[in-house]
Amino acid sequence: MKHQDYDIIVVGGGHAGVEAVLAAARMGRSVALVTQRIIGIGVMSCNPAIGGIGKGHIVREIDALDGIMGRAADEAAIQYRLLNRSKGPATQGPRAQADRDLYRNAIRMAVARSDVSVIEADVVDLDVRPGEVAGVILRDGAVIRSRCVVLTTGTFLNGVIHMGKESRSAGRVGDVASIALARRISDLGLPLGRLKTGTPPRLAGRTIDWRALEAQPADDAPEFLSFATERAQCRQVSCGIAHTNPATHDVIRENLDKTVSYGASPSGVGPRYCPSIEDKVVRFADKSSHQVFLEPEGLSTDLVYPNGISTSLPADVQLEYVRTMDGLSRAEIVQPGYAIEYDYVDPRALDRTLGVKSLPGLYLAGQINGTTGYEEAAGQGLLAGLNAACRCMEDDPVILERFQSYIGVMVDDLVTKGVTEPYRMFTSRAEYRLELRADNADQRLTPLGLDRGCVGSERKVSFERKMSRLGTAMAIASDIRLTPGQAAEMGISVTRDGVRRNLIDLAPHATGGFASLAGQFVQFEGVEPSILAQIDRESVYRPYLERQAKDAERLRRDEGVALPSSLDYEAMPGLSNELRVKLGKIRPSTLGQAGRVEGMTPAALTLVLLHARQAERV
Amino acid sequence: MHGSIAVCEAVLAALRDIPGFRDAEPGEFTRRALMNGKLDLSEAEGIGDLLEAETAAQRRQAIALVGGALGDLAEAWRSDLVAALAKIEAGIDFADEDLPPEVLSGVGATLTATSLAMKAQVDGSRAAERIREGFEVALIGPPNAGKSTLLNRLAGRDAALTSDVPGTTRDVIEVRMDIEGLPVSFLDMAGIRDAADRIETLGVERARSRAELADIRVFLLDGVTDPASLGVEPMPGDVITRSKADIVRSGAGLPVSGLTGAGVDNLLESIGKELGGRVAGASVASHARHRTAIAEASEALRHAADILANGGDQTELVAVEIMRALRSIDFLVGRVDIESVLGEIFSRFCIGK
Repeated sequence: MKHQDYDIIVVGGGHAGVEAVLAAARMGRSVALVTQRIIGIGVMSCNPAIGGIGKGHIVREIDALDGIMGRAADEAAIQYRLLNRSKGPATQGPRAQADRDLYRNAIRMAVARSDVSVIEADVVDLDVRPGEVAGVILRDGAVIRSRCVVLTTGTFLNGVIHMGKESRSAGRVGDVASIALARRISDLGLPLGRLKTGTPPRLAGRTIDWRALEAQPADDAPEFLSFATERAQCRQVSCGIAHTNPATHDVIRENLDKTVSYGASPSGVGPRYCPSIEDKVVRFADKSSHQVFLEPEGLSTDLVYPNGISTSLPADVQLEYVRTMDGLSRAEIVQPGYAIEYDYVDPRALDRTLGVKSLPGLYLAGQINGTTGYEEAAGQGLLAGLNAACRCMEDDPVILERFQSYIGVMVDDLVTKGVTEPYRMFTSRAEYRLELRADNADQRLTPLGLDRGCVGSERKVSFERKMSRLGTAMAIASDIRLTPGQAAEMGISVTRDGVRRNLIDLAPHATGGFASLAGQFVQFEGVEPSILAQIDRESVYRPYLERQAKDAERLRRDEGVALPSSLDYEAMPGLSNELRVKLGKIRPSTLGQAGRVEGMTPAALTLVLLHARQAERV
Repeated sequence: MHGSIAVCEAVLAALRDIPGFRDAEPGEFTRRALMNGKLDLSEAEGIGDLLEAETAAQRRQAIALVGGALGDLAEAWRSDLVAALAKIEAGIDFADEDLPPEVLSGVGATLTATSLAMKAQVDGSRAAERIREGFEVALIGPPNAGKSTLLNRLAGRDAALTSDVPGTTRDVIEVRMDIEGLPVSFLDMAGIRDAADRIETLGVERARSRAELADIRVFLLDGVTDPASLGVEPMPGDVITRSKADIVRSGAGLPVSGLTGAGVDNLLESIGKELGGRVAGASVASHARHRTAIAEASEALRHAADILANGGDQTELVAVEIMRALRSIDFLVGRVDIESVLGEIFSRFCIGK
């Protein structure tokens, strides 16, 4: 085999790998995607949905940097729902059920259209030169050289699948695990941990009695995942909602001894918020029913994904408990559910570029870093791909800040706190939630993408058009200033203090928000509804954002206090052992970062600062 | 060791010959205790207060701070608020899952109760700060009412120049005293009248404004004059005296004579009682920094409770307000912006030593 040289090699064709390789290609780098099976590129291995609360935010951020996930999801979306629609814009997360085949095709087309070389091979080792990574080694011994390597191997590192008492080595069902690579990573001195996750059985849709189930229809006015999408591209379908009942729980309880998850063997920690049905029944014993969302896997398939009953019970028990539910009494299982345990690298070994601190040129993204979810993986992949490209170009790294993006929040959390269970994004993880909205991801990140060269010309044109229209409308809205009396005539009551307020300040007090207010002024004739809606979302939080900016100043002052890398945490007698170990591992670069280390107390922070000050004086 | 200055000097001189021996820097022991995790910030603040304590009440208050009273309070509030915030956040991030409807129950009550508990601390912090910084009692009256004579009697020395020429006192003269453990500064000032010259006019102006800012005003009058005629309204707790009681034998007001000392004990007792009542509600928040932080947290929680009471569709704003309260509490104990907090605390040690 002829040895090819690339700037960057991405190992793995899942959501992280695809975003990484495409981002590096958009930056003009020569890139190769090495995957065990080309046919597996873009596969959704878990539930057939993209987005949600927190996750939808990440998809929009990926989209703002011209990533593929949002557009592919829109090409495949068969049911759009905006979650938290009744709550404020910052909490709203767009979500779509996606047709698996259409999604995979969209991803494969995007890869095919790009300049990415796709190589079907099994990476067993890294080519490590003193001080940096130099390429990957394939099973046949061939070496592919590159300046950077991005590992996105998902659950494949030492993966073990559990179904009942049976366990076997595997990456996903049908794929082989990467055992040699795991050993190599371990040999590099990277700390490994073990996690687990599960999937539910897949059902045959024709065997479900849909009439007996509550239907959950798609939204009438769909909220798309990509800023570039203008209309739904597929027929929209409903999901069904089934419920477990005491009989279901009895079956599960009686068979707990038949799963290794309740025996001694699996050492991996599973997520608290996406528990298996066994976990739910045991931990929430007083709850007599749990919801199960029956999600069609596509328009051209009969497969249905019952979201909410992931399991590692034996196949016959799965069938038995599924059939206890109303509407599922004659259901057939097409593929039983299983649990998978895998190695992850403690992400505290990484810096905020997702580069491995001890081995320049090596980047890790996705589940290998202890996260769960397509969106979390894709966001990391994008960032790792960009940074690998920057390294090749000898450009400054791309660091996303916590006040800038959910991806920044996630990466800072990972490299600072590490993970104790599979990491999933929540809006509550973001201190700047009101600013980090799904609706303004492009305003937050596209300028950075344009600056770094990862945003294409098509998106550039549409973004600049939107910003110019938004800017014009905002200027008009700021120029129209009403007295409290004039506002009252329009049905808006504010304090009668004689202060003139502009339309943006008044909007939160107006019934129907900014759009209805603007409707009363000829200046806004012809302004698109989407622009008016965006101003409305901006106006809701404006008073809070102004105050938050002041609060953030205090926090930012802490970010400005650098901690010397020579700081010896071992020699700080006042610190608890746990904190000493954590701080020694993480080596926070600023006081702010130290303050976010899990378990940090005010007293401990004080003494870290005092020691830092003393170190400076010496 | 019998400690005359000469003995101490000789011992220190001998010690300085030991290699490595040096004088401690200002605040160094406290700094070391902080670095070794033996003290937290508010405790260090308490040590600063203890160094400066002049009276028994100041000492007791400083000891409470050193003992972690404020830190404990902040920790208790923090854990209640974190629990409330967790419920609010669950309602936002798990909207799509079947949360039990009772998830938000109790949150409003927690927010209101914590806000009120904080407000009580804020209300009591004025008194606490007074204990730390001292009370001011202004002597006010027309010229030649015997204010300076009374001040000298209180001081037990000639702190103020006295004469029978009206308008002798132009500037404000302070005498610091310990009344039942509380630090009190008595202020002697220009007598109130329509003065002839410009300098005396300025003195009168200053006297009026200082009198208004003081914690207690002692009016020195002649038994018949209406105190309000001085242009300073008496407030609850103020004392109206019949000054020069050795000469003015009858009339309204507490009889006091600076010259003979008659009635001075009664005056001090009355002031002591009034101030004692005021400090009864003193909280552990004895610094302006504490009060600002707790007041902001209290206000944030009041907003949070209001937003929540308006319906459940703006819970992200409830969360913002709870976070604001938490950040204020964090600022109180030095979890955020710790450098400015430290700077403030240690600046006091350098002055103190």
